[in-house]
Amino acid sequence: MTYRWDFAPILDNWQALAFGAIGTVRLFLVCLVLGLSLGLLVALMRRSRHGVLRWLAIGFIELFRNTPVLVQILWFYFALPMLAPVEISPFGAAILGISLNSAAYSAEIYRAGIQSIEPGQWEAARAIGMTGLQVLRRIVLPQALRRVLPALTNRGIEIFKMTTLASVVAYVELLQQGKLVASLNFNPLEVYTVIGALFFLLLYPLVRATYALERRLARSDA
Amino acid sequence: MTAPLLRIEGLGKSFGDRAVFSGVDLEVARGDRIAIIGASGSGKSTLLRCINVLERADQGRVVLGGEPVGEEVRRGDRTETRYSEAALVRLRQRVGMVFQQFNLFPHMTVLGNVMEGLVTVKRMGRDAAARQALAELARVGLADKAEAYPAHLSGGQKQRVAIARALAMEPEVLLFDEPTSALDPALVGEVLDTIQALAGEGRTMLLVTHEIGFAYHMATRVLFLAEGGIYEQGTPDEVLKNPRRPLTQAFIAGHRRFSF
Amino acid sequence: MYRWDFSPVIANGDLLLAGLANTLALTGVALAGGIPVGLGLALARLSGSRFLSAPAGVVIEVFRATPPLVQLFWFYFGLPIVLKVEMTPYLAAALTFTIQSGAFFAEIFRAGIVSVDRGQREAARAIGMTEAQAMRRIVLPQAVKRMFPAMMERSIELMKTTTLVATVSYADLLYQANELAQKTFRPLEVFTAAALMYLVSISLVSAIAALVERRMAMSGEMAR
Repeated sequence: MTYRWDFAPILDNWQALAFGAIGTVRLFLVCLVLGLSLGLLVALMRRSRHGVLRWLAIGFIELFRNTPVLVQILWFYFALPMLAPVEISPFGAAILGISLNSAAYSAEIYRAGIQSIEPGQWEAARAIGMTGLQVLRRIVLPQALRRVLPALTNRGIEIFKMTTLASVVAYVELLQQGKLVASLNFNPLEVYTVIGALFFLLLYPLVRATYALERRLARSDA
Repeated sequence: MTAPLLRIEGLGKSFGDRAVFSGVDLEVARGDRIAIIGASGSGKSTLLRCINVLERADQGRVVLGGEPVGEEVRRGDRTETRYSEAALVRLRQRVGMVFQQFNLFPHMTVLGNVMEGLVTVKRMGRDAAARQALAELARVGLADKAEAYPAHLSGGQKQRVAIARALAMEPEVLLFDEPTSALDPALVGEVLDTIQALAGEGRTMLLVTHEIGFAYHMATRVLFLAEGGIYEQGTPDEVLKNPRRPLTQAFIAGHRRFSF
Repeated sequence: MYRWDFSPVIANGDLLLAGLANTLALTGVALAGGIPVGLGLALARLSGSRFLSAPAGVVIEVFRATPPLVQLFWFYFGLPIVLKVEMTPYLAAALTFTIQSGAFFAEIFRAGIVSVDRGQREAARAIGMTEAQAMRRIVLPQAVKRMFPAMMERSIELMKTTTLVATVSYADLLYQANELAQKTFRPLEVFTAAALMYLVSISLVSAIAALVERRMAMSGEMAR
């Protein structure tokens, strides 16, 4: 098994990979912001007294949690243009798929966080005359968000990993560039090892940070 | 002069750089009933747990029936004690323990709890084990609860089942780690009665407890732990009624304030 | 207004169903392999020995902090070069997802085992059980009940992750859908149908899981 590893071609093509990395980060940031904010909106709709809003939210969550992200991305890329007279770029399809998917997951995270706040908090705030919205904004959400921060960070890590799916519609991110470099130099082993290592080097510290965050929150909550 | 059943030689234990106790020597003869008392943090439970090696002592050794429990291995200028799995398994069949928090197995019935050791450790057949377990349960007065699950029992009943579980292994020595501290005051009596009955059978016991009154009536010897070791020891009359040393006197006086 | 036409979908329904069957089969294989792998990794992680726990830790962290698609490509395109073996899409997928789900299961198992009260292990040891017996008879049975929801969730995630194999031309549901869409020029109907098939399958499994969980919680009240 004396295979001679040769990372030189990868170093030669570092610019292509760097370009891909930028694409990855760009996609990640957009989906993170869109996904997590839309998720909060959906979570609030889920709790609404109005049946229509509630059922819309439930339908959205069930649909986007119970179908695979890749199917969603491909649907937006291939199927949506048939319905609506729009041009969907790979970037656009990836954003739609990943953000909506993440919104559905984070909606459930927010919901769990809000529900975990004892009714006593609501009662005390209402008792001094706050409206429901004020209670949410000033009392419940600040506490709920703190509690679910680890879960949200986890979701962020998942979103980062999901950006690789955009390579399926040829969006220029790290894996897509990797495929290119591998096909040019016939060295998939080294290429995918490097790409895996790059993701790991970036994500592992985030994973550890999440553990530390969880521990810090557990201590201060107790 | 018969050899003592259990001997502790120079036992010491530290947590980090805090020495809980050191240089503890103790001889336990068959039929001895030793009560271990002391303030919180004096190392009473730790000492007990070192005897059945749920905690590993840092210095010294435990000798049961003339044989040391662990194997001493020389490492440079220190001696370390190594405990093989087999040695620990043998030890714990001869030395039983009852825990403050009962630690009954919630996924098994009461009878299941008591016979578990017989089936899994002693490799007894299930029928014979069940019969023996039922007899032990009868001995603590809970034969009618054999098919119940621990969740449905009161604290006192749980502890009595735990005692039956320890008895089923037919140990030569019984260790009680604050058996009534987690119980409602109303339920303490039934457990103490059970322990008293065991005393009446002449069993060898070490009991860590806060129940000074009970210790006085049950024990043949009392150990008061303080200042990192056995501060004072003697008969119940000596230690509990007429303590000689200042810390013991303060401790007993503090307890007398609350007893009737 | 777009004129929906599902007839090509229905005409080729058997292809899509075959794809679904392959999806389920792959999920099943990855689960069957991933659970024992996960248990092994968890026990290695919990063992006192550095020799076991360190490599297990590396496997777990690497497979959790790298994207599954990269892992799949590595196993399908990269591994054959080093090992000089024939790698089929199915084999690469089975290998990747067994280890990947194993890494996630390992953390679930570990959390479950650790959540069982320390006193249980002590009581088991105190009556003379070995570590192995204590784990098998006392700790694991209690841990399994607690791990069940997380395990079901992870299994459902696995079902969704298997769609990645379409990228290496394994004939799962997504691959069949993609082929069909290109053949019939009806991507909207085809992909919508595929999405619906996933939706129904996954919702069904989720519902069954929720039912089993409720049943377990009830029996847990009695057996606690």
